[in-house]
Amino acid sequence: MSRYESTEIAAIKLPLSGQGSALLPTVAGSVASLAERFFEWFGGLGIFSWQVLKAAVTPPYEWRELIRQLDEVGSKSLPLIVLAGAAIGVVISMEARYSLSRFGAKSMFPATLVYSVIQVMGPVITGLIVSGRVGAGIGAELASMKVTEQIDAIEASAINPYRLLAATRILACILMLPLLTIAADASGLFTGWFAQTLVEPLSFRQFIESGFHGATFNAFLPPTFKTAVYGLIIGLIACFQGMRTRGGAEGVGRAATNSVVLSSLFVILADVVLVKFILVVFP
Amino acid sequence: MATASDMATKQEDATEERSAPIVAVKELRKSFGNLRVLNGINLTVNRGETLAVLGRSGTGKSVLLRLIIGLETPDSGSVSIYEQDIARLALDRMGEVRKKMGFLFQHAALYDSLTVAENVAFPLEHHRREMSRSERNDRVAQLLFEVGMKGSNGKMPSDISGGMQKRVGLARALALQPEILLLDEPTAGLDPISSGEIDDLVLKLQREHQMASIVVTHDLHSAKTIANRIALLDQGNVVTEGRFEDLQESNIAFVKEFLKQS
Repeated sequence: MSRYESTEIAAIKLPLSGQGSALLPTVAGSVASLAERFFEWFGGLGIFSWQVLKAAVTPPYEWRELIRQLDEVGSKSLPLIVLAGAAIGVVISMEARYSLSRFGAKSMFPATLVYSVIQVMGPVITGLIVSGRVGAGIGAELASMKVTEQIDAIEASAINPYRLLAATRILACILMLPLLTIAADASGLFTGWFAQTLVEPLSFRQFIESGFHGATFNAFLPPTFKTAVYGLIIGLIACFQGMRTRGGAEGVGRAATNSVVLSSLFVILADVVLVKFILVVFP
Repeated sequence: MATASDMATKQEDATEERSAPIVAVKELRKSFGNLRVLNGINLTVNRGETLAVLGRSGTGKSVLLRLIIGLETPDSGSVSIYEQDIARLALDRMGEVRKKMGFLFQHAALYDSLTVAENVAFPLEHHRREMSRSERNDRVAQLLFEVGMKGSNGKMPSDISGGMQKRVGLARALALQPEILLLDEPTAGLDPISSGEIDDLVLKLQREHQMASIVVTHDLHSAKTIANRIALLDQGNVVTEGRFEDLQESNIAFVKEFLKQS
């Protein structure tokens, strides 16, 4: 290194090194604040979950509100789920046909479609669609109730808001997700078969028999019912974000966004764990 | 058979129960972060009595009401309802105490997805499950009639004025026939005629139901009309407490200034 180069580097480094020492406490402070917020959020979620669990298992039970929420989460999400399932079915059908043809394994098409839709795409798509529609809805609704003191009014009327608002919504998500997943799977399989039939005629009966040949309940039930866990995640996070909202309209918007973002993220992370768990427990 | 002394003891107990304050606030302190809102408040309210809590904005009047109904937890001190300290009661046990209380929120806090009638019926549906639908409808109609909102059953909260919302909020607060009524700024934001109507309504309800009431307000005229006693708050402390006439005779500078500006 020449004398000039080293001087140049020194000239550049000098001010940077001064800034670096000044920046260190700021960076450390930001990391500490982030860690504090992280633990505060999880701590809050833990306390919230305990309150909801206590409220959910003790009478009086809010059956009417539960039925209303089952309709809200289940029936009203059904068209969207069926449509998303249909699109996924067509996409997998086209991709699978192309890939399998290249390897001369076209006969594997029905099984590939069935396994891809039921084990992988159906549950994840259902989880993500419900995160978006229901998570945002619950987050915004509860946040709006919170900032307009409606949740306080419920509490002041001697009604436990964890029981009435949170437990019913979370339970509805847990119960409805597997059913919506079945609908997404059925829709995906039908449109996948239909897309294939347009190119190369195949009877639906043949497609089903070939696709499910040798399949066991273990192959399909755990992936379908794992979505109950997604339901728990979506309901819990959306209710938590909604009921802890502060700060008017901006807070409501933030709660809705956070509900969707966090529940989608946790659904995907949970999927990693659940897939491994299912592979170990139901080989 | 009950002896004369048993009967005398029972009578003494009953007298004591009548004379004991229904709401007793002792050395109540509450801060939010570094902001100290209440700084050792002492207040009592007896059966059939109305206490008006006056003070400038941000002096902790609404926080006081929220502490009394358990929506906030005090930093120290106690809030006793029927001699039971409610400060650290579990949510469900607190619910039993709250059934004896009615709360009118400053902005009414009506459930915006429910109609006027459904709002009033809400506490009845949850706490009077033995009531038949027709009994509940009759009770709702009676409550709406009492607050001058007859015929508004099917309207949504967004379709009625602020004054009407407060009337409906009051009907909802009265649904469970509370023994304690807490009113947070019942006349705030209303025109003088609507304010007067709300005051008359509160007075009428007081006469008919003999509740212990705490009214938080900025409105000195309203406080003078509906309250037996007035407590004036400043910087988290009760500056003075007494009848309106006592306030008028007070030599405390803040009291004089407050009365002058009001």
